[in-house]
Amino acid sequence: MALLELSTVSVHYGRIQALSDVSLTVEQGEIVTLIGANGAGKTTTMRAISGIRPLSGGTITFDGEDISTLRADLRVVRGISQSPEGRGVFPGMTVMENLDMGAYSRKDRKNLAEDLDRVFTLFPRLAERKNQAGGTMSGGEQQMLAIGRALMARPRLLLLDEPSMGLAPQFIQQIFRIITEINEQGTTVLLVEQNAQQALSRAHRAYVLETGSISRTGTGQELLNDASIKEAYLGVA
Amino acid sequence: MSTQETTTGGPSRLQQWRDRWNGMSRFQQWAFLVPLVLLIYALPVLNPPILSTEPGYTFSIAMFEVARYALVAIGLNVVVGQAGLLDLGYIGFFAIGAYVAALFTSPDSELAKLPYLVVLPLAVLVTMVFGVLLGSPTLRLRGDYLAIVTLGFGEIVRLLADLSPLRGNAGFQGVGQPPGTRADGQDVFNTSDGTPWYWLTVTLIIVVLMLVGNLERSRVGRAWVAIREDEDAAEIMGVPTFRFKLWAFAIGAAIGGLSGALYAGQIGFVNNQRFDVVTSVLFLAAVVLGGSGNKVGVLLGATVIAYVPLRFQSLYEYRYLIFGLALIILMIFRPQGLLGARQRLLAYGREAYRRLIGRPEQVSSDSALAAEPVKGAGS
Repeated sequence: MALLELSTVSVHYGRIQALSDVSLTVEQGEIVTLIGANGAGKTTTMRAISGIRPLSGGTITFDGEDISTLRADLRVVRGISQSPEGRGVFPGMTVMENLDMGAYSRKDRKNLAEDLDRVFTLFPRLAERKNQAGGTMSGGEQQMLAIGRALMARPRLLLLDEPSMGLAPQFIQQIFRIITEINEQGTTVLLVEQNAQQALSRAHRAYVLETGSISRTGTGQELLNDASIKEAYLGVA
Repeated sequence: MSTQETTTGGPSRLQQWRDRWNGMSRFQQWAFLVPLVLLIYALPVLNPPILSTEPGYTFSIAMFEVARYALVAIGLNVVVGQAGLLDLGYIGFFAIGAYVAALFTSPDSELAKLPYLVVLPLAVLVTMVFGVLLGSPTLRLRGDYLAIVTLGFGEIVRLLADLSPLRGNAGFQGVGQPPGTRADGQDVFNTSDGTPWYWLTVTLIIVVLMLVGNLERSRVGRAWVAIREDEDAAEIMGVPTFRFKLWAFAIGAAIGGLSGALYAGQIGFVNNQRFDVVTSVLFLAAVVLGGSGNKVGVLLGATVIAYVPLRFQSLYEYRYLIFGLALIILMIFRPQGLLGARQRLLAYGREAYRRLIGRPEQVSSDSALAAEPVKGAGS
């Protein structure tokens, strides 16, 4: 059974349909990536999964439970944690306070130090900047903080929305390496990306989203070598 | 919150005071606070010539006015400053509190009479219920929408007071007051002496400050700060945002109602002429002027808004002009208010350390924040 399953999910913004009949699955332990152009509905898919956007049709199942109408905060308790697009760190809170907010939904208080260690090991930069306000950090650092914060919830499924957006090239490499590392430590990852090259080479499986619908699916390697994908998303003629 | 301090290069003097205060032991803080509170209590009796509003305005009543505004500001600060919800109809809750006091104590009302001290908590309860009733549908809205709906709410309450059971302009005479008779046979609490009312209000302010302070340091307070900073992010962290916004709204409403009931008792008269939008804006000005999100700040703001026009009577007519200009100037040079909210939530910061690594770590102000110029603030 898949950890996450979207079945014919539709989302509307007013009368405009942003997603129509999107179906996808994420198996336990996978990195699955969702690629697509601007406005294809990638972020909307993420928001639907985390519960910020209500569905207008279809169902979302997480670990066998229908969570289609479950409140967003309870989805976090179930084990879905998101690093939002545009990073969304709390600008006035310090790194420590942001990480503390990440653990807000946690009932088990005793493993927090361990998780904090893990985050600081993955992102040593955050350890150096414990007391700096989130809003005063660079783009790359905010991205690290957003991912670290999401990990503090000890998620079973980590949703990463455009982690490479607006980052310097050396940071992009680093972020993707860390995503693989997080996955190898046992966290399932659903990754939304515009940087298709990196995303496809890191992912086990991939979906291509075009104007609100899934147009292609396959393993990361398959799509990476596909001529039409190359042309449309990888900038190779 | 898009306002961030752009001045860095070393901690500000304000920050130094804050650090010094936070560095003090509990005992030292008390040693400083107790005499200060005693002085505040003694103010209407001392009636210092430099502060006195007389002969234009009875000083004890002026002090009650200041205390009443301070209580309102603390309540509104929970809504606006802590949870970041723009409420333009706060006067509505204040009015409901005043009318509850009038309906259950005034001889003009046909309802059963209750002792004033019973009515006071009743007013708190009723306004809290109204807070939940107004909040339940509207707190699903955000930002501008909420401001417009609350603005409408304030006006609706005022217009409802025109209806015959609420006696419109005729109002309610002889609103009740706490019991007690002085040696000379006069009531302790009466409409010409503000001192007992002032003492009662200051006492309630202290109680409310302690309750609100405890909430701020709790899970609820952390949720409020997160919602204020970024509501979507808060939700993704697992904060039930709607529930906590409703909490802030209801608590704010209750404090507004308490203040309204005190006001009705002191004035002894309630009608529909005292609850206009301008007063709502004045309440909001007290919060913004003093420093939204900072309890000491909003107390200062309320003091300025309430006291200055009474002390300088010649300015009374021009107060809206003066406050308007003051706010504009403040927004240009100091958008966070006279005493802004802590940019970094130091007290919570220590809590974060305690929770995450099991031991407190001193958070000093000479961290990377102070040393590095702010870039991409609020991004």
